[in-house]
Amino acid sequence: MQWETVIGLEIHAQLATRSKIFSGASTAYGAEPNAQACAIDLGLPGVLPVLNAEAVRMAVKFGLAIDARIAPLSVFARKNYFYPDLPKGYQISQYELPVVQQGTLDIELEDGVCKTIGITRAHLEEDAGKSLHEDFHGMSGIDLNRAGTPLLEIVSEPDLRSAKEAVAYMKKLHALVRYLEICDGNMQEGSFRCDANVSVRPLGSEKLGTRAEIKNLNSFRFVERAINYEIERQIALLESGGAVVQETRLFDPDKGETRSMRSKEEANDYRYFPDPDLLQLEIDSGLIEQMRADLPELPDAKRQRFIKEYTLSAYDAGVLTATRELADFYEAVVKAAQGEPKLVANWVMGDFSAALNRDNLDIAQSPVSAVALAALLNRITDNTISGKIAKEVFEAMWAGEGEADAVIERKGLVQITDTSAISKVIDEVIAANPTQLAQYRSGKDKLFGFFVGQVMKQTQGKANPAQVNDLLKAKLAED
Amino acid sequence: MSLNKDDVVKIAHLARLAIDEQSIPAYAQNLSDILAFVEQMDRVEVGGTLPMAHPLDMAQRLRADEVSESDQRALLQQGAPAVEAGLYLVPKVID
Repeated sequence: MQWETVIGLEIHAQLATRSKIFSGASTAYGAEPNAQACAIDLGLPGVLPVLNAEAVRMAVKFGLAIDARIAPLSVFARKNYFYPDLPKGYQISQYELPVVQQGTLDIELEDGVCKTIGITRAHLEEDAGKSLHEDFHGMSGIDLNRAGTPLLEIVSEPDLRSAKEAVAYMKKLHALVRYLEICDGNMQEGSFRCDANVSVRPLGSEKLGTRAEIKNLNSFRFVERAINYEIERQIALLESGGAVVQETRLFDPDKGETRSMRSKEEANDYRYFPDPDLLQLEIDSGLIEQMRADLPELPDAKRQRFIKEYTLSAYDAGVLTATRELADFYEAVVKAAQGEPKLVANWVMGDFSAALNRDNLDIAQSPVSAVALAALLNRITDNTISGKIAKEVFEAMWAGEGEADAVIERKGLVQITDTSAISKVIDEVIAANPTQLAQYRSGKDKLFGFFVGQVMKQTQGKANPAQVNDLLKAKLAED
Repeated sequence: MSLNKDDVVKIAHLARLAIDEQSIPAYAQNLSDILAFVEQMDRVEVGGTLPMAHPLDMAQRLRADEVSESDQRALLQQGAPAVEAGLYLVPKVID
């Protein structure tokens, strides 16, 4: 039988506020355990939550970016369950009336086809604390620093049909929240995590199959692997006459499999009701318009502009606009280099990005600034150095040996463009290699590369490659 | 709406309340009476009325995003039965 996969994602994006959603405690990551858990976060008797204005603004911004309806009235509800890292015995969330309703996000698939994914809702809620199960004399340790951190839970429609689509959607959302500067997107620290609802059904069937929910996936790779494993598991189960059980599962990255966590049947009885401690949230059109005016250029628009303005390929524009930081850096180099946007693109995507990756640095930490890189690229454009030598200069700049011109000067790397000087070297090379010359002339064209290599070697790579090619061709053809 | 024994057991479990076996019928009766009392309101026509989320007809006041709480861990942990290395200790929980 042919099966169709149906996936919906719930993504929790931690909002980049300074203080918590309902208290004035700090949200900074990495503090001493419980140093940022105040009486409100601990749920002590008599405390009252007061909503953080910035969290609301961020939710509105997100809603506008996905073309959603911003609810003029929304309601906070209590989601009741018991767990030690949830001190109140309930999580404050939104249930029937979320702040963001019915948006869409376009994703691009590998074959270049664009697909629109529905976003059912995005709602504000508080995060729980953290349980540490290492041994504390048979007890668990609870750190409530994260309790009360604002989250935006973004729930997609079951519109995704493969693990690849799910990853494309998640990456797009990840880029979007970072463009909007509402979430730092740090997946290791749990600022952006994903639950995947996965089911399969016979191809052509309208009815949804029973789904399993895979919890807490915190990398793109895990999302893809966990979903693919889960699809295989469910199909094998159904084809052998079994049935999928609705349950929560965890992905074990070491074994590459999902396993049952707990049956969701009972846990599902959250008995939501409106939180009497919080009044309804009103969002007026003034705030919405203010947020709309505040929206930055979004990834899709920026990509289209890069294609047009810099005549880049769709692929290059996609890579360069993947993050706002990289796009800004690229534009700063183009501006400082006064042109050659394709050359700049190659360098920013190539040597520059490779060096960042190699040294595990963010763009902000780059030892080579946009202006410094532009100065280097200008030396390629004006023929002072070749592209190959530029790589050497770049590495020296990266290592802190100074600006491009200083490095070129000190290392004597200025390109040789003097025709007579290059001709002289070519003559010497030809004279020193009579055997290869004879072979070349008898039709072994491949030896051309050998001669180029010898000339470059004699000039320490400084001869202008285009001139070497032209002169060498002429000289080898002479009799 | 009337609650049976199983409903009572389930509600007690969700609320983490320990109840003894003999009192279950009484709880079932009392809870069913409360529900019957509230059910009288089902006769009111509310088709065109928005559900009320809060009895006060006011909007939520918002707070500026500023850190206003200092670290009071030492004070707050005085009330905890067990702490270690800054953590609150609780009976072991594993998913």
